[in-house]
Amino acid sequence: MAMRSANGLEFEAPIFQLEQQLTELERISPRLESTETAIREIRRQLAEVTSETYSNLTPWQVVRVARHDDRPQTSDYLHLVFDEFIELHGDKLFGDDRAIVAGFAQLDQTKVMVIGHQKGRTTKERIACYFGCAHPEGYRKALKKMQMAAKFGLPIICLIDTPGAYPGIGAEERGQSQAIAENMFEMSRLNTPIICVVIGEGGSGGALGIGVGNRVAMLQHSYYSVISPEGCAGILWKSHIHAEKAATALRFTSRHLKEFGIVDDIIEEPLGGAHREPRQMAIRLKSYLSRTLRELKQLPSDQLRNLRYEKFRRMGRFLEEQTGVSDPLANVR
Amino acid sequence: MQRRSPNCRPKLRKLSNEGVVSTRRFMKKPKRGVPEGLWLRCPGCEAALFRNDVDKRMGTCPECDYHFYLSAARRVEHLLDEGTFEEWDADLMPQDPLQFCDKKPYIERLEEEQQRTGMRDAAITGSGMIRARRVAFGVTDSAFIMGSMGSVVGERLTRLAERATEQELPLIIVSGSGGGARMHEGIFSLMQMAKVSQAIARHHDARGLYISVLTNPTMGGVAASFASLGDIVLAEPKALIGFAGPRTIKATIRIELPAGFQTSEFLLEHGFIDRIVSRDKLKSEIARLIDYCGKLA
Repeated sequence: MAMRSANGLEFEAPIFQLEQQLTELERISPRLESTETAIREIRRQLAEVTSETYSNLTPWQVVRVARHDDRPQTSDYLHLVFDEFIELHGDKLFGDDRAIVAGFAQLDQTKVMVIGHQKGRTTKERIACYFGCAHPEGYRKALKKMQMAAKFGLPIICLIDTPGAYPGIGAEERGQSQAIAENMFEMSRLNTPIICVVIGEGGSGGALGIGVGNRVAMLQHSYYSVISPEGCAGILWKSHIHAEKAATALRFTSRHLKEFGIVDDIIEEPLGGAHREPRQMAIRLKSYLSRTLRELKQLPSDQLRNLRYEKFRRMGRFLEEQTGVSDPLANVR
Repeated sequence: MQRRSPNCRPKLRKLSNEGVVSTRRFMKKPKRGVPEGLWLRCPGCEAALFRNDVDKRMGTCPECDYHFYLSAARRVEHLLDEGTFEEWDADLMPQDPLQFCDKKPYIERLEEEQQRTGMRDAAITGSGMIRARRVAFGVTDSAFIMGSMGSVVGERLTRLAERATEQELPLIIVSGSGGGARMHEGIFSLMQMAKVSQAIARHHDARGLYISVLTNPTMGGVAASFASLGDIVLAEPKALIGFAGPRTIKATIRIELPAGFQTSEFLLEHGFIDRIVSRDKLKSEIARLIDYCGKLA
């Protein structure tokens, strides 16, 4: 069982209460028949309440779940999904950004390159990782490793989990925008399968900087947005307190993005969210990755590149008077 | 349903059909950055300037060469040979895929902006001549919802890059955007960054030339996509260019930002732009650069 932090989510309070009751009852031994019945009853209630809560999460609640302290991070999946991980550091230009990890890994029998945002768990780790906000050297590290992967024919798996690229003086001095732009430019040219999965927060350009893939998937309770709800509220409503409103307006939950055709797949989370059952989550992620990889490996490399281009080429909603269609590809071919 | 503002189309039509662009037509409406009136004060040197003098110098201060805001239409007039501009994809209209509503519905905001600026969205694209060299030319206007990139801007620039590749034309994009990606269109806006960037990558693979010109301001998702991807990146003097806005950075790190932070000069010093070019020399510089990078036979 995952460690529970004290600062749980307030909408989880009823679930929390039942869970505590259950733990206490389970501690009693020897158990009487009446205790057994009570345990069964609480388990039933727990499943009901959890499923009720989690099937009706508001967009803002999704954000809270996506940011949950106990939500599995890239480092957890590196343990739980992959058989081996050989970390490769550094962008060979400036430094090693801890907010992005990269390295060789084994997925079942397949050798792959894994790139992922890392937020850190302890305070010390979080500070070292800038809370998952990468600097330009992080994006350049990711790019160097991805290019190497393509050179040796290794598929690439990107795990996206960032509030956004780091906003700071050093980041600007070292070309944050140039780094992100270059990553999208180069990722579109790589001759190898790329699978991107948003595992928590998909924060704007910081996410897209490792987000140009043949398949883009999201965990059920993650979000992927052009701007953080707080940022959006600050600009449009002039105050961060309207973040909840902004979260609803931005329509960034996995369900919306699937409808919009922006993400290809939603990976269902265990009942009560990934933070409740990290192992179960890892199994589902692993099976998705294996299955998708098997599909993509069938395709010749130049076709992978073209399909990736067409996938992103289609994105956008506008009206065209001449043809009356809003399919961007209709006019291009 | 997207309703079309009645005012926006004829103006752009004039632009492409007549070939001659009247400055006056675009200066009638109040523009952000250039207040109405006979006189205006230069933010650079505080001098009181006669508006006509500034207009004649394409929006630069006669005293200190401060670069004022210039609308997309005037950029076309400024950089392309007279009567050569042929607009592409002028009929693309923005939509409201999220039914977005902050203080007012996005659809109303769009109409207001269209009325105010005479544009359909924040970008104009097409082909024209720069000193008799045919180019694919795009410009974003920072007055239309902060010059932010929504689906229409992304699509027009993508098609521009694709046609530049097809027709083997040099690609010139003048960026002005204080907003980056347009949050009113949510995730669709974000994806335009990838869409345009990959089209530029294809242009690159076909050995096409891309010159990116950065103007005040070029921020966020625009800076972090097409604006930074030029083979050659030029910038007008003292433009604000960067990824995160100064206010966001200040709020995050809680220290004062150094003087001159995120200006063209700052970027030049840190190695991210090739040249700072004053507006009066921009056209001739671009022409010369094209000649160096013309395709080998």
